[in-house]
Amino acid sequence: MTRIVKLLLLVCVVFAAPVRAALTIEITQGMEGAIPIAVVPLGWRGSAAAAPENIAAIIAADLNRSGRFESLPDRDLVAHPVTAEQVKFQNWRMLNVDNLVIGQLEEMAPGQYSVTFELFDVFRGTRLAGATFPAAARDLRRVAHHISDLIYETLTGERGAFNTQIAYVTSSGSSKNKTYTLLVADSDGYSPQTILTSKQPLMSPSWSPDGSRIAYVTFENKTAEIYIQEVLSGSRRKLASFKGINGAPNWSPDGSKLALTLSRDGNPEIYVMNVEGGDLKRLTNSAAIDTEPVWAPDGKSIVFTSDRGGSAQLYRVSAMGGSAQRLTFDGNYNAGADISPDGRKLAMVHGEGGRYRIAVLDLDSGLLRVLTDGQLDESPSFSPNGSMIIYATGAGNREVLSAVSVDGRFRQRLSLQAGDVREPAWSPFGE
Amino acid sequence: MKYKLGSFMVLALMLVMSGCSSSGGSKDGAAGIEDKGTGADGGAVASGADGGTDYSSYSLDDPNSPLSRRVIYFEYDSAEISDSDQELLIQHAGFLVANPGQHLTLEGSTDERGSREYNIALGDQRALSVQRILELNGVAAEQVTIVSYGEEKPAAEGHSEAAWRLNRRVELVY
Repeated sequence: MTRIVKLLLLVCVVFAAPVRAALTIEITQGMEGAIPIAVVPLGWRGSAAAAPENIAAIIAADLNRSGRFESLPDRDLVAHPVTAEQVKFQNWRMLNVDNLVIGQLEEMAPGQYSVTFELFDVFRGTRLAGATFPAAARDLRRVAHHISDLIYETLTGERGAFNTQIAYVTSSGSSKNKTYTLLVADSDGYSPQTILTSKQPLMSPSWSPDGSRIAYVTFENKTAEIYIQEVLSGSRRKLASFKGINGAPNWSPDGSKLALTLSRDGNPEIYVMNVEGGDLKRLTNSAAIDTEPVWAPDGKSIVFTSDRGGSAQLYRVSAMGGSAQRLTFDGNYNAGADISPDGRKLAMVHGEGGRYRIAVLDLDSGLLRVLTDGQLDESPSFSPNGSMIIYATGAGNREVLSAVSVDGRFRQRLSLQAGDVREPAWSPFGE
Repeated sequence: MKYKLGSFMVLALMLVMSGCSSSGGSKDGAAGIEDKGTGADGGAVASGADGGTDYSSYSLDDPNSPLSRRVIYFEYDSAEISDSDQELLIQHAGFLVANPGQHLTLEGSTDERGSREYNIALGDQRALSVQRILELNGVAAEQVTIVSYGEEKPAAEGHSEAAWRLNRRVELVY
């Protein structure tokens, strides 16, 4: 019975996904020294005249979005080899591309495909990687992102994060009649799926470490409540609805607990709670604001925002509780932290001189670096490989998302055709 | 007694001032801000000149009643209530004490600057400040509910101080 209900919910979610809500990506600040790469359109063998998906275009866009690569425009492709035997390396050396990607998309049965790719070092004339993947039609984009991940990892030594997703909140309509929507899309903005729609604010999506669930804050009952929802089935349950604030949920790295903010005892404090409910443990105790907890990747400590020193700053407390240690000292406002996957950097909203921008604090050196140049930037979220930070910013009178490389040199903007988009949360790696 | 009389004079003055500032604010499209009491009329409500204010005669529907002012404004990143707003809240407290069956929701809000969950906490602190004054003046805890919307429900759209000062607020929702 429940299986049928879940199936129905799944169908609803899939059909409810509005195509117009797709995010469009525009690179706003290029990177010097990006590695030139040629991605040749894949050969197509199938019953239809054209391939069902332009795999090479997806791969090229992924690599460009990382800021580490610059793909050769299609018009500059001197040849269209499909197999290794057809590659003439001297052609590509003349174009000064370091690497070459070729491949083939083949229809094995109606709706069933096989995707092959090969990656070459043009100057050495060697094959660096290659693989073949079977895929149903609806999985072709995912396979393309997986190939991007393999190419990225082979060439940079760092795991790729293209086959991941982004959760975000949109709002549309007049101020008197707003609609809030929580969505999940691929990291390139495609395939947006509506998770929840409400006439009251939705906030603070947080991914479970295995990427299967999202915790969020909803005001649908005219008070703040935290729910946990299965991304695929859409089934959800209420986790916290105490008196006052139920906010800022953040999963422990082992997925068993949530850190959250409650004001049930009089003012905003950090608590830890079992994901299955119960075993509520209070971590902070101050008359000031304590909120926005984020777990360190080792699960041993929690970073949070507090104004106990007179202004909002970041602090760290043991996950067992105890006294807190102040982490930020530059600027009069540092809040809304995210911790890098290796635990060595903090991204935050950094307020100084009336501007709110995204900054990164290197926890080893103590150096703070401002990465963005907006007026009202907020909600930084690291990519699971730690190379990029996605955040919310203003563009004219609209709210859009931007992503910036951790060194601040490369930026891109992700915007909706209409309405505001905010509170991005980058998913963990898929399985 | 003297204290009460004084507080009404402060209240009347405050209504004059807020009447002035709101005319500027409404240009920014400030929706939902109740500010009907003009200085002269607002002062005339001060029937408490003889010392004993009859709060039971106050009506929530009377645009000339001090109770028609239902928004408390705040400075940036502050939950501190001005002296004049404290006087206004004493009026609301008197009404709530005289009407123990009356319920009130305090909706705390902030401007858009800074992080969203911090703003939820700040809006909560603002509503708590208002609740504290009401309870110090005899209002029962069960009569008051708090909800903080942070920066999620701005009263005024816009990205300047003109909008921000209207959004740093607690709304008293009867």
